[in-house]
Amino acid sequence: MENIQKRYVDVLVLFRDSGQMEPKIIYWDEDKKFYIDKILDIRPCASRKAGGQGDRYLCLINGREHAIYFEDPAWFVEERIKNNPKTF
Amino acid sequence: MDRTILHSDMNGFYASCESLYHPELASRPLAVAGDPQNRHGIILAKNELAKSFNVRTGEAIWQAKEKCPDLEILRPNYPLYLRFSKKARKIYYEYTDQVEAFGLDEAWLDCTNSESLFGSGETIAQTIRKRIKNELGLTVSVGVSWNKIFAKFGSDYKKPDAVTVIDRNNYKNIVWSRPVGDLLYVGPATKRKLKNIGVTTIGRLASMGRDRLELEFGKWGLFLYDFALGLDDSPVQPLDPDAYDNYRPIKSIGNSTTTPRDLTKYGEFKLVIAMLAESVAMRLRELDCLAFVVEIEIRYKTLNGFTRQRKLLSPTDVTRKITQVAEELFFENYDFTTPVRKLGVRVSGLISSERPVQLNIFENPDKISKEQRLDRTIDHLRSRYGNNSVRKATTLGDSMSQMDIKKDNIIHPIGYF
Repeated sequence: MENIQKRYVDVLVLFRDSGQMEPKIIYWDEDKKFYIDKILDIRPCASRKAGGQGDRYLCLINGREHAIYFEDPAWFVEERIKNNPKTF
Repeated sequence: MDRTILHSDMNGFYASCESLYHPELASRPLAVAGDPQNRHGIILAKNELAKSFNVRTGEAIWQAKEKCPDLEILRPNYPLYLRFSKKARKIYYEYTDQVEAFGLDEAWLDCTNSESLFGSGETIAQTIRKRIKNELGLTVSVGVSWNKIFAKFGSDYKKPDAVTVIDRNNYKNIVWSRPVGDLLYVGPATKRKLKNIGVTTIGRLASMGRDRLELEFGKWGLFLYDFALGLDDSPVQPLDPDAYDNYRPIKSIGNSTTTPRDLTKYGEFKLVIAMLAESVAMRLRELDCLAFVVEIEIRYKTLNGFTRQRKLLSPTDVTRKITQVAEELFFENYDFTTPVRKLGVRVSGLISSERPVQLNIFENPDKISKEQRLDRTIDHLRSRYGNNSVRKATTLGDSMSQMDIKKDNIIHPIGYF
């Protein structure tokens, strides 16, 4: 079983002189960070699973597609939580 | 040539915004209601599930809970709704600049001239419906027709998340068979009167003839006749979101509040009047206007009340002056026998502040311009640090003084006329 929850994250962003934002690094927990290799798509979008709405940046991270949302003024991701049915 | 008018209605707007942000409640009956402790405890919006329990907008929370004991009640979050309303409107503006908002969640769009760019009215309606669903996560129902009344009728006809086209070929089938109460501006009273002359459906209303309806209802009869036949030709009025969504010249500015508790004491009245007058005066200055008339509105605990107004010697935008006149009006007319539930302050007789003003010998113009400068300074501070950053000493030390009347100011849908 997998559940989705909304998680706000620290993001390092490059502001282009055109005003466009380019997220570069997502900081995760204390020690982890993810480098964004490429931004594939930007569009306004609702996240029904996590519960939020903003500009969705579809990013390529380590060869996989992930979406991060800019919900002015913060960034969030749809975090997957694994529910292990064996643990009580 | 026929116009192409769209009416877009966001379904269960407040409740939809809330369930978007509370995905865990999406499968439960949900309603947004005011705070019962502040005596605003009525249902403002509900989702489809709550609707199936027959929960109605406008009823008290306890009534709704009786029908649906599991009903989840959330407090309204106006900044959120405002944000979504603006985002939706931004999408509308991509298809036409002729957008007339009708409250936060409804709008008319005149797409007559954008059809060559974006396709037929129905295509635009479908595009808007899909975009709002994907981009905002909300559902809309859209009506497409050649006049505003049928467009609105269409958006009510099928919901949620639907498009209804009412054209000259099908309007008799769709509109005329429906009960007359579905028509905009046919409320319970009109419905009753129409029933007395044998009119229960819109088709029957259309067949009554102009003269008969005029005889029965006067001027309103003519409007109703036009509405029923789709003859209404009122234009979509583009609004200016920067001027509180007003397109007509603003005639008055007012604020009113139902206070958290009934008011009985001198100090309480002074406090609430001061806060209301302050908000009104600030809005007046934002619009660069001066007002000639100050009015107050009182509603007693018993729900009856009175209004009084006074014309000033010279127009003003000074907070102190407006407060003073409002207080005078109140204390001259109120006898302290019945507790007061709702208070309102309004100014009218507006003129531009650029216009030269006739001075009079009873007021000191130097003092007035000094007060105006003081007010502008306070406005500036408040715009930077919030409306409660600079306050009158009268408003200290009472729980009610936490209200931010100006910020909470909400423009409700204005009438169709």
